Amino acid sequence: MAALVIAEHAGGQIADATLSAVTAAAKLGGDVHVLVAGGDDAKGAADAAAQIAGVSKVLLAQDAAYAHQLAENVAPLIAGVAEGYDAVLAPSTTTGKNIAPRVAALLDVMQLSDIISVEGPKSFTRPIYAGNAIATVESSDPKLVITVRTTAFDKAEATGGSAAVEAVNGAGDAGLSSFVKLDAVKSDRPELTSAGIIVSGGRALKDGPTFEQYITPLADKLGAAIGASRAAVDAGYVPNDYQVGQTGKIVAPDLYIAIGISGAIQHLAGMKDSKVIVAINKDADAPIFQVADIGLVADLFNAVPELTEKL
Amino acid sequence: MKILVPVKRVIDYNVKPRVKADGSGVDLANVKMSMNPFDEIAVEEAIRLKEAGNATEIIAVSVGPAKAQETLRTALAMGADRAILVETDELVEPLAVAKILKAIADEEGPGIVMLGKQAIDDDSNQTGQMLAALMGRPQGTFASEVAIDGDHVSVTREVDGGLETVKLSMPAIVTTDLRLNEPRYASLPNIMKAKKKPLDVKTPADFGVDVTPRITTTNVSEPPVRQAGEMVEDVDALVAKLKALGAV
Ligand SMILES: Cc1cc2nc3c(=O)[nH]c(=O)nc-3n(C[C@H](O)[C@H](O)[C@H](O)COP(=O)(O)OP(=O)(O)OC[C@H]3O[C@@H](n4cnc5c(N)ncnc54)[C@H](O)[C@@H]3O)c2cc1C
Ligand SMILES: Nc1ncnc2c1ncn2[C@@H]1O[C@H](COP(=O)(O)O)[C@@H](O)[C@H]1O
Repeated sequence: MAALVIAEHAGGQIADATLSAVTAAAKLGGDVHVLVAGGDDAKGAADAAAQIAGVSKVLLAQDAAYAHQLAENVAPLIAGVAEGYDAVLAPSTTTGKNIAPRVAALLDVMQLSDIISVEGPKSFTRPIYAGNAIATVESSDPKLVITVRTTAFDKAEATGGSAAVEAVNGAGDAGLSSFVKLDAVKSDRPELTSAGIIVSGGRALKDGPTFEQYITPLADKLGAAIGASRAAVDAGYVPNDYQVGQTGKIVAPDLYIAIGISGAIQHLAGMKDSKVIVAINKDADAPIFQVADIGLVADLFNAVPELTEKL
Repeated sequence: MKILVPVKRVIDYNVKPRVKADGSGVDLANVKMSMNPFDEIAVEEAIRLKEAGNATEIIAVSVGPAKAQETLRTALAMGADRAILVETDELVEPLAVAKILKAIADEEGPGIVMLGKQAIDDDSNQTGQMLAALMGRPQGTFASEVAIDGDHVSVTREVDGGLETVKLSMPAIVTTDLRLNEPRYASLPNIMKAKKKPLDVKTPADFGVDVTPRITTTNVSEPPVRQAGEMVEDVDALVAKLKALGAV
């Protein structure tokens, strides 16, 4: 029994999401190998992957065609390598969610999406209906293709291992698609999905400058990442990758501060596993208070500057 | 160019799902059902491509029970030209849906298959990617912008780090994200007209697809309930409580 984890990496570094997927893979009980597919910087990432505790082998597929993780190019590579494995796992990031189902279909198996626990060799739990129900599912396929909700698994130690790195080859460019550009949101803040503290703002923040004026100083004070509801993103206060929720990012920080967010089920789906939830809302009946550990009914335009000052 | 738009009938997004006491699933009896929100966005995008002269015909497809006809009629009322219901009372998994869609795409030859990124009931986020694999065609998932450019389509994708643009050769598979567009409401005259638009009914067997599930759901339970905590009077009390919890 061996499991293959598809690494997410950038700039020669392994993303934290990969470390959670390694933990999930280890729970399957067999060897854990990691596949690093990428361009020029893949070698550095493979060397980093080799140090992850619990990983016994790293496969490195270096080819310009894999540099941007285009699913058309990477999925056939993974499906080929999967031959020797009982399970293929990827983190439920946008990259993992893009590639893994393509791999599953090439292997003619059903993917298990977004698992939150491993119950047995082929049995898992996963949230459905925006996390309003938890399904226990069992696969009858000969091979498993799994995406892993990263907030549900601890990160494996990034160091301590000493796996061998082995080169593998795939067919390279499938000639179907090309990468044009990435408009990356540049920020010195902690990344949303791995931040210890998140300050999140909703529709109540009125517009971009107001959002910035009220949310940013509090986040700065706490060294926090900034999140948002869909309403705030849709209205253009903040970029799309700030969205927390069923269809945005799933987060579970130690502290989540929801400001001017009503607490729609789609939003709760993305943050209700946070350790401590604080809600500031002027409506005492807002559903967010049903999940908040600490609730303050107040006008945010008074409460937030005061909180920023007193912390 | 034809556009194929798969639409799924799901629990309405405003309804809070209730888990059945016996753990067999979510109670859907007498619950409002609607078109999956991402699929509405896909229908809207297809209509806009047609209005812009980039497409000639929009075909909506649904795999599901007889009642999924209502969902297809909604798509027709929005502006789809005809519809295909692949009728079955079984729960059809994304892989089998993708196989049925492939068979339909082989017959119809669409330039784009436009799906939702995710069905809000199973939250699988798989079908479009699987269809792309089975067809051996490129995929532009989580689209926030779609632009036709000759025999290529440019798709801007909502990814974790920002917005990524890819260029795909057509035929291509696109899956929609929330910000792609704001779907229109069907007007009353269009709802009336939609009743006369063609709607074919088929079965999975017509396409030779075996829909036997690969995954069995052995139990469905409520998630752990979070206890509502404490309401505090003012910011001072909030700060004190945060410190007491060691949260700051
Ligand atoms: C398919 C689908 C997927 C979705 N996915 C997501 C998702 O991933 N994430 C997500 O967040 N949403 C998602 N949504 C949207 C979701 O249903 C809600 O519409 C959204 O979360 C509402 O955002 P909000 O709480 O900021 O806005 P509102 O619901 O408008 O709430 C604003 C809140 O601010 C409070 N307020 C106003 N003024 C003040 C003030 N001065 N001081 C204090 N409080 C104030 C109000 O009392 C209110 O509670 C999705 C919807 C659909 C259909
Ligand atoms: N039964 C179905 N009938 C029609 N389209 C479907 C069906 N199931 C899934 N889809 C399409 O595939 C998308 C993704 O669904 P899923 O992979 O189940 O999350 C949906 O938004 C639909 O466009």
